[in-house]
Parts: sequence; C-alpha cells; structure tokens
Amino acid sequence: MAYDVTEDLDAFRAETRNWLEANCPPSMRTPMKDSEVVWGGKSEKFPNPESKIWLERMGEKGWTAPEWPAAYGGGGLTKEQNRVLQEELRRIKARPALFSFGLWMFGPALLEFGNEEQKKRFLPDIVKGKTRWCQGYSEPGAGSDLAGLQTRCEDKGDHYLINGQKVWTSYADKADWIFCLVRTDTSVKHEGISFILFDMKSPGVEARPILLISGESPFCETFFTDVKVPKDQLVGRVNGGWEIAKRLLQFERSSISAGGFGGTGGSGILGPEEYAKIHVGTDGEGRIADGDLRGRIADHKMYSKAFNLTVQRQTEQAKAGQQVGHTASILKYGAAKMNQDRHELLIEALGSEALGWEGEGFDKSAMRATRGWLRSKGNSIEGGTSEINLNVIAKRVLGLKDHQ
Amino acid sequence: MTFVLTEDQEMLRDTAMAFTRDELPLTHLRALRDKGANGHDPETRKKLAELGFFGVIIPDEPGGEHFGLVGLGQILEAQGRTLAATPLLQTALIAASAIQLGGSKAQQAEWLPKIAMGETTFALALDESAHFAPLNVATEAERNGQGYTLNGMKRFVPGGHDADMLIVVARTFGEAGDRHGITLFIVPRDAKGVTVQELKTVDSHGAAHVTFDDVIVGEGGVLGPVDEGADVLEPVLDRAAIGVAAEMLGSSMAAFEMTLEYLQSRKQFGQLIGSFQSLQHRAAKMFTEMEMTRSCVAAALAAVDEGSSDVAELASLAKAKASELVHLVSNECVQMHGGIGMTDVADPGLFMKRARVQEALYGGASWHRDRYARLNNF
Repeated sequence: MAYDVTEDLDAFRAETRNWLEANCPPSMRTPMKDSEVVWGGKSEKFPNPESKIWLERMGEKGWTAPEWPAAYGGGGLTKEQNRVLQEELRRIKARPALFSFGLWMFGPALLEFGNEEQKKRFLPDIVKGKTRWCQGYSEPGAGSDLAGLQTRCEDKGDHYLINGQKVWTSYADKADWIFCLVRTDTSVKHEGISFILFDMKSPGVEARPILLISGESPFCETFFTDVKVPKDQLVGRVNGGWEIAKRLLQFERSSISAGGFGGTGGSGILGPEEYAKIHVGTDGEGRIADGDLRGRIADHKMYSKAFNLTVQRQTEQAKAGQQVGHTASILKYGAAKMNQDRHELLIEALGSEALGWEGEGFDKSAMRATRGWLRSKGNSIEGGTSEINLNVIAKRVLGLKDHQ
Repeated sequence: MTFVLTEDQEMLRDTAMAFTRDELPLTHLRALRDKGANGHDPETRKKLAELGFFGVIIPDEPGGEHFGLVGLGQILEAQGRTLAATPLLQTALIAASAIQLGGSKAQQAEWLPKIAMGETTFALALDESAHFAPLNVATEAERNGQGYTLNGMKRFVPGGHDADMLIVVARTFGEAGDRHGITLFIVPRDAKGVTVQELKTVDSHGAAHVTFDDVIVGEGGVLGPVDEGADVLEPVLDRAAIGVAAEMLGSSMAAFEMTLEYLQSRKQFGQLIGSFQSLQHRAAKMFTEMEMTRSCVAAALAAVDEGSSDVAELASLAKAKASELVHLVSNECVQMHGGIGMTDVADPGLFMKRARVQEALYGGASWHRDRYARLNNF
C-alpha cells in the first residue's frame, strides 16, 4: 500500500490543530510576561495557574520535547511532524510551555551518551518539567580553560565522593539536579574528567546566588563538601567526560544563538530605530535626525538580518544533507555581538530615559532595556567567550596551528 | 529552498569554477594588463559564448537556458575569484534584465537572442558624477520628428570602452534628481555623435567617459516607458547590485584563501605566523563575515528568481555586506602578507584594486545602508 506522506501530515495537522484548540488555555495565547516564564522543577510557583495546566498537557503529549523518543517521554514525532506542530503553535501564538536546560542541553547529551537505564530514569521528568537541571561546568580557576577544572571525584568503592566548587552555575539555587564535570584523574588534563549527575538536595551541596551588575542573580557559586553520589549516576565511562562536555557545549552554543539572546519577547522593549525616532527625532523625510546614529542602527539591523539568514541557511543545508561544520562557534560569536550592539544602541537612542534604575519617573520598558544592556555584557563571556569561539574557528575550521 | 542549489545550478557552478580556474586565472588578468589590453579580451568573450554563459537568465531563446539569477550568480562568483574581466555583468545580467523588464516584443525578439549567443555586448551608461546617484541624470533626450536627440556626458561607464551597444539613461522631463522624467535608450556605441574616451582604471578592467553630441535615436530605441524609465532602471540596478555582490563574494573568498595559505607557510620567530593569536582572531572574524555575507547574497539571488517583495531590501543588504567584506579582506590580504603584499609581483594588490571598483559599482556600503534604513522607515 502506498504511503502518502503529505496526506499523513495533513491529518496530523488537523489533529494537532484540534488538540491545541481544546487544550491551550486562553492566557497561554497572549505574549509571554517575564514573570510568568515556566522553568519547572520543585521550586516552580506557577504565578499564572494556566501555565501549570499548559505544561501538564504538553508534557503528557511529550510535546515539550517533540522529537525525543516516546519511550523516554518525548513526542516521538518526525522532523516534518515537529515542523507542523511548531507552525500550529505559532499560528495560535502559544507560549512555550517550558524553558529548560534539561530540554536544550542535558537531554540531547544524555540521549547520545547515557545508558538505557539513565535515559529512562531522567528524561521523562525533563519532558514533564518535573525536574529542573543546572550545569556544573565553570570553576573559579577554570573559565575559558574549562578542562583545568579541579572539583575532585573519588571512587569510594560503592559510591563517589565529591569535593570542590563551581561558579556561574545558572539557577543552582532553584534547580533540583545538577549535571557536573568532575576530576577523576589528577595526572592528566582532558582525559581525567568525568560527567556525573546528582541531586542538589544531597548533604554537602550549597548554592549561593551572585549579585550581578544588572541587579539580578541568575548565577550561583556552588560548593560541594563530601557529597556522596551513587555510582550509577556517572554518564559514559570514567575519565570520558570531556567528549560529552564538548558536545553539550555545542548544544548550549546552538541554543544561545537560536534564541539570539532574545529573551522571552514579552518585555515591551521597542527596537533602537523606534526609540531613536521618539527621543532623537526625525527630519522632514522621516529619517532619524542624527545621521551618525541612524547609520549605526542601520548597520546593526543589517548584521541582524545577515545573522538570521545564516541560521536559516544552516538549517536548510543541514536538511538537504550538506555538512555545515562548526557553525555553532560562528553563530555564538555573532549572537553575542548582535545582542550587545542592540542594547548599546537602545541605551544610546533612549538617552537619559535609559539611565533609570528603579522606582517611578522612568518608562518601565526603558528600565528593562537598561537591565538588559547590563546583562548583555555577559553574552560574550558565558558559554565560551568570544575569544574562545574565535580560537575554535581559527583552529578547527581554518586549520591554523597552535603556537609551538 | 532558498539556500540549496538545484542539481543543474550545482553543475553550472562547477563548470564556471573550473573554467575561471583553468582558463582565466589571475595570470590571465596580469597578462592582459601587461600588454595594455585594458579589459579587451575577444578570445574570452568567444569562450563564454560557447559555454552559454551569456544566456543564463534568458529562457526560451535559441542558445538560451534558464538557470535564473541564482545560476548567473554562481558564474559571477567564479569570475570574482580570479578577478576576470568579462562582459557578463553588463550584458548577461544588466542588459538582459533591462530588455526583459522594459523591452517591447520587437526589442526582446531582436536583442535577447543576440545576448544569449554572445553576439552583442552592452554597457549601461548611467553615472554622470564620481558617486553613484541613479536619479541625478542631466543627459538630455529631446523629442525630434522621428525620435529623440541625445546630448550630455556619461562618466566612468563600466564596459563603455568595449561594448557594442549602450543603454543610456537620459532625461526627457524635469531636472537632475527627479524620479519622473527618466527614459532609457538603446544606442549603438558607434552611432554618429557618440565619442568614447577610454579610461585606464586601477583594476585593469577599463571603463569610458561617453559623450553624446546631437545623437539621433529612433522611436525603436526607446527602452521601456517614456519619463518613467526609473520603473525599469531601479529593479535592474537591484539585480546589478546583487550580481556585483556575488562577484565580490568570490573575490573575498579567493583573497581570504590566499591569505590563509600564507599564514600557514610563512615563518617568523621560528613560528608559523598563523599560530599568532592576533592573526588567528582576525582570520576567524573575516571567516564569520564571509559566512554571513554568503547568506545575504544567496538570499538576494533567490529573491529575484522567486519574485519576492523584498528584493530591494535584500539587494541593499547583499551589496553593503559584500562591499564591507571585500574591503576588509583585501586590506587584510595586503597587511598579512607583509612586505611582499606591497609588491606588484604578488597578487594581494590586484584584489585590493579590483575591490575598490566593485565597491563603487551601483552604490557603496554607505549608500546601501542609507537605502536599507529608508526601506525600513527610519
């Protein structure tokens, strides 16, 4: 019997549309508010009760992770079906049901490197948003030189014992579990690293939020003192963690560049050209009156357009089976530049209106832009500094040699 | 799909890349320069005609095939790699587009087959000053009994010293700067009253100042609507800008690859200079700019073939990005080669000289940035 893919997809679209119509609550079809972003896990408060319903329903279908296998709680959809699902979600302007490092970073790595038992144990709760994960990578002495990490992991026979400190652990104070790079061999560098998972409630784990220049605390310092970890929570082989770490960094860089550091989209912040028209003014032909600023805004808008076209090109070429190697570093570098330039231009266009910190008297969206500007300075540092990404491009893409 | 070539386009690309590599290498340009040819190259014109490269965007004509502007873009990228001087941009792209978009049935029947076969070459006579300003046209076309009389001067006309025919942008109404009142004419370069002053340009491709002194053109020479020639000219200039952007992408790629090779072979302080991080980072930045520009050029070429509504925006994006890219890469090519880069015997200088001509053609980066802003209402 002939299998008609198009007809099949049409049927899937109709089913999906009906299901979304019946199951996506009304407030979940309105623009996302920053305060209502759902990260899941035990600390999730669901300030909007409908976001809880939405997450439960999407999680039940596995549609928070549409292409993960159904055996691990995912949607089990094909690429084409997922494309239809995303189109239908966009059609009704549905909010993402879940924001999650588990979905974007840890899950894809576990699917690739984890054993069957680990996948069955951890992936379904990621899909349903029941477990919130954080990433234990950087240390005070291991930033750009990540493989220099020193957090010790000793084999104590029936368990591992972990001692050390991580830093820049995103939302460690709110996460339930951590995926963590630890040192299992001190005599070698990259080959002495392992990838391990443990409960943040384990005795000996302490997370302290770090106050940033933006006034927010998205990151923590995280301390481990004699933390006992069962042996079946090590992923891959002992001393084989660096390979997993690098792959996960690619997922991280890709998810950063796919989002373009764009935030949740509900901040009400206008584009720099709009603020410039309001606060700087226009000439008789509707152009921004300050020609120099106008030129720089145009330059930025063109860079953004070129960046988005490059993401689109990469996606299309990958679909057509053409190898597009190491674009993660190119896009991570570009995304950081783009978001930082955008915020600098926002601040410049807003003028004194951008210099508010809190309280009354300043435009609320402008104050969010100001916080965003401060936060954006981290974009060229987190997930691999821009300099490290340029190193990766120079060495792995262009084949330039190391200094001898 | 916008960014993936069809099998036919892929084959055309391979053919063009092999052709310019084998038949039109940099040494070919150098040889032409050294014998003072100033871009005249009848042999190459014959080979291009045999390959069918003149008819790439002309369907349904004898000798013509249809690969679209995407296809022609591949050829222009290939000629950009070796800085080849060919009539393809002026004839196969600009004249073919102008006649397709504005020509009468009779004009199309007369000229498109000749273009496709490589029998007749064209040059667009547009600029009257040292900066691209397409509406600043003062060259006058005055109505006479049977047609028009042209008077005025066109400056820095690319291909104007070599082409068989000219497409002249003239004014039939109003004043320089007005959009209304522009009309296009097809004029033989050897018509009575046409004087061509050949120019030796920095890129060795040549150009010409062309003076029109009571040149008589019949009704049949009017291309497109009288007074509203800008309706034809503007989309033609968008395509021309996209074509030059494709060529600049090719030049940038070649200059970059040459630079990368040098970084991997030249030693100082007992080290390959490519192992120095300051050079690595500059190389990596050039590479990211190149990848982004490739996306812009590909999107702009495809937008024309798909008849998208955002061709103008994408044309300005592609031309501005590619102009900045070729400017950066050609400068870095000289700098990273050090002293040898300053010599005539080495190739970096050839890229830098050609780059400035490409940048100026049909609007530089700042012209297109300004237009991009206008198209986006700021």
